[in-house]
Amino acid sequence: MKGSEFSSAGNLKGTYSFPDNFNPELNKPAKVSGAEAIIKSLLMEGVETIFGYPGGAIMPVYDALYDYRDKVNHVLTRHEQGAVHAAQGYARASGKVGVCFATSGPGATNLITGIADAFIDSTPLVCITGQVGSFLLGTDAFQETDVVGISMPVTKWNYQVTNAEEIPTAIANAFYIAKSGRPGPVVIDITKDAQFSEFVYYYQSAKKIRSYQPKPKLNIEQVKAAATLINKSEKPLVLFGQGVSLSGADTEFRKFIEKTGIPAAWTLLGISSLPTTHPLNVGMLGMHGNYGPNKLTNEADLIIAIGMRFDDRVTGDLKRYATNAKIIHIEIDDAEIDKNVKTDVAVHADAKEALTSLVNFVDKKNHEKWLSSFNTLYDEEFDQVISKEIKPDAGKLRMAEVVKKLSEKTPDDTIVVTDVGQHQMVTARYFEHSGKSLSITSGGLGTMGFCLPASMGAKIGSTDKSVLAIIGDGGFQMTIQELATIAQYKIGIKIVVLNNQFLGMVRQWQELFFESRYSFTEMTNPDFVKIADGFGIPGRRLDQREHLDSSIDEMLSTEGPYFLEVMVEQEDNVFPMVPTGASVSEIRLS
Amino acid sequence: MKQEYTLSIFTENHIGMLHRVTIIFTRRHINIESITASQSEVEGIHRYTIVIREELEQVQKVVKQIEKQVDVIRAHYHKTDELIYQEIALYKLSVSAIRDGLGIETIIRENNARLLTIEKDHLIIEKTGHKEETAELFEKLKPFGIVEFVRSGRVAIMKDTVNEFEKLEYNEEV
Repeated sequence: MKGSEFSSAGNLKGTYSFPDNFNPELNKPAKVSGAEAIIKSLLMEGVETIFGYPGGAIMPVYDALYDYRDKVNHVLTRHEQGAVHAAQGYARASGKVGVCFATSGPGATNLITGIADAFIDSTPLVCITGQVGSFLLGTDAFQETDVVGISMPVTKWNYQVTNAEEIPTAIANAFYIAKSGRPGPVVIDITKDAQFSEFVYYYQSAKKIRSYQPKPKLNIEQVKAAATLINKSEKPLVLFGQGVSLSGADTEFRKFIEKTGIPAAWTLLGISSLPTTHPLNVGMLGMHGNYGPNKLTNEADLIIAIGMRFDDRVTGDLKRYATNAKIIHIEIDDAEIDKNVKTDVAVHADAKEALTSLVNFVDKKNHEKWLSSFNTLYDEEFDQVISKEIKPDAGKLRMAEVVKKLSEKTPDDTIVVTDVGQHQMVTARYFEHSGKSLSITSGGLGTMGFCLPASMGAKIGSTDKSVLAIIGDGGFQMTIQELATIAQYKIGIKIVVLNNQFLGMVRQWQELFFESRYSFTEMTNPDFVKIADGFGIPGRRLDQREHLDSSIDEMLSTEGPYFLEVMVEQEDNVFPMVPTGASVSEIRLS
Repeated sequence: MKQEYTLSIFTENHIGMLHRVTIIFTRRHINIESITASQSEVEGIHRYTIVIREELEQVQKVVKQIEKQVDVIRAHYHKTDELIYQEIALYKLSVSAIRDGLGIETIIRENNARLLTIEKDHLIIEKTGHKEETAELFEKLKPFGIVEFVRSGRVAIMKDTVNEFEKLEYNEEV
């Protein structure tokens, strides 16, 4: 199978809809094995790509898959963690449910990190794991683990199938639960005997589950109460998260802020819902966010939080957070309301529905003076931090100038994928989003090793877009084996490793808070370009500023995957910074 | 201020459901004082009664986390005075306790307990009531030598009537 054979709906950041490529032929009641029923059910859900890794307890499924090679793509990753992160990247780029396969025992436990990541970042996944035969359950059989037990705290739902007849319903429910409401990962663990046994197959997609209410009914009184606060407010501030794009509300969101003239600041996962240069975009919130939105959170008289969950990296010290503000929280997940920050008005609803209604009740306004106070603080940040980062006079290349250049040279609709650490914060700060671009990163869990597999999943989920993977030298080595997958399937992603030969973010903290005691953060790295070459991926090492332009040009003009290693300043720090335990208004510029 | 709260949780009857609910307490470092699971008045729907000591705000958050679980139909919390509740305790004593004629019959009668059985060597007494009452009887029986003691978790019913299963009705197709 060639990489070029991948097709994609390319439904970037779209809402979920039921597939229209239903094939009635597939669903004629017929006697099939459980294993074949699994594949047929995935096809019924419109699945085009599966990321996986075979093994003993899932062999019947792989055998059934062999007959369906022309109907569904399977990508053999080099580690199950690669498969699950690829499925995450696929889901976030395509707006569809990501699917992965793994065998029992170690295969399934290797998925756990990605499942936990998908859980905290609300990514829809269906993970199918093989399990030992039902007669062996609980006997410590070869490659037996309690996958349902292990995955329970990090799944939206999970289920063990021991009887083939349950397969269609289990998979139908899995897809429905994964993609509806606040999306999340689902695990279906299927015993080997259930995969082998035959039954008369018939598929019906799930439309409701009696104990589950994914979308709360919009309460118009809550919307009106929110509008009243908004209309009275002098210094309102909007905080938006991934909930905006997950509900497909980018347009409604823009209409809302443009009518009310309210400055809007984003969380790490909300980033690409509003163009960077939009006049109301006042930048990133939180620990390494922009100076203005952090400082002014404590001056705002109203916070309107939309599809975000007041993570501790966003709020800093909660006791000194938004001290002068009333809080409106628009949120689909009731458990997030009042979890970290007490709300004055909660709008428990889907962001799109809430904003569509809310925009009718708010007054047209502009908050010029209030907005200009953000711009003043931005100028201060620019002089003290940004200018030196993006246009350094001398010395080694800096992460920010590389990211800035990548941002200028890549197409408007680029999908930029990052790992975790300094390069992630720098990319969030300096990569300009156009409104058509998309950012994919491991936000809540902070999973090093996420980027490389997630970016290949993103490319497969959105073949027409260019995918840029920006990774640190530490995270790159956590899932480096996926270079083989990228080479085998000719997945045309552009990989940029920002190499400072340190675990940079940990080193920064050691410098600032642990008296520069660099305990095990320095790394002697291999020759990455040679390694990429060994995998059959062309690349180059860049360590001089004058070659920055030409290296990026070469990377972008090369067909297929490309690897660019950039040697950057070793002891660079990311600023501004809200130290742990500090209030957001105590943000430091140096 | 930490106080005693009783949670009533209605779930689908699936394998592993209890685990899904209890890990929500584990993760937040909350100790479960007592737990009871049984079928509710509706077939196929199970009811858990869980007693914890916590601050109100934390209890409210936990209940929302429980209700968020796909297979949970409804969850709510109550202060003790909003409930009618009972626990059952069984006391196993050596049969000599009766033979010695030291007034065990009077204790059983006065405490509204009952003698369930007398075996060759042992007798078993049952007492239903609040924890303080079963504990009080424990103290009174102690001089006779308690061989075994067991107390159930709390079962509780709200004084007010609510329709537990309205969620099942208003749940619409998406």
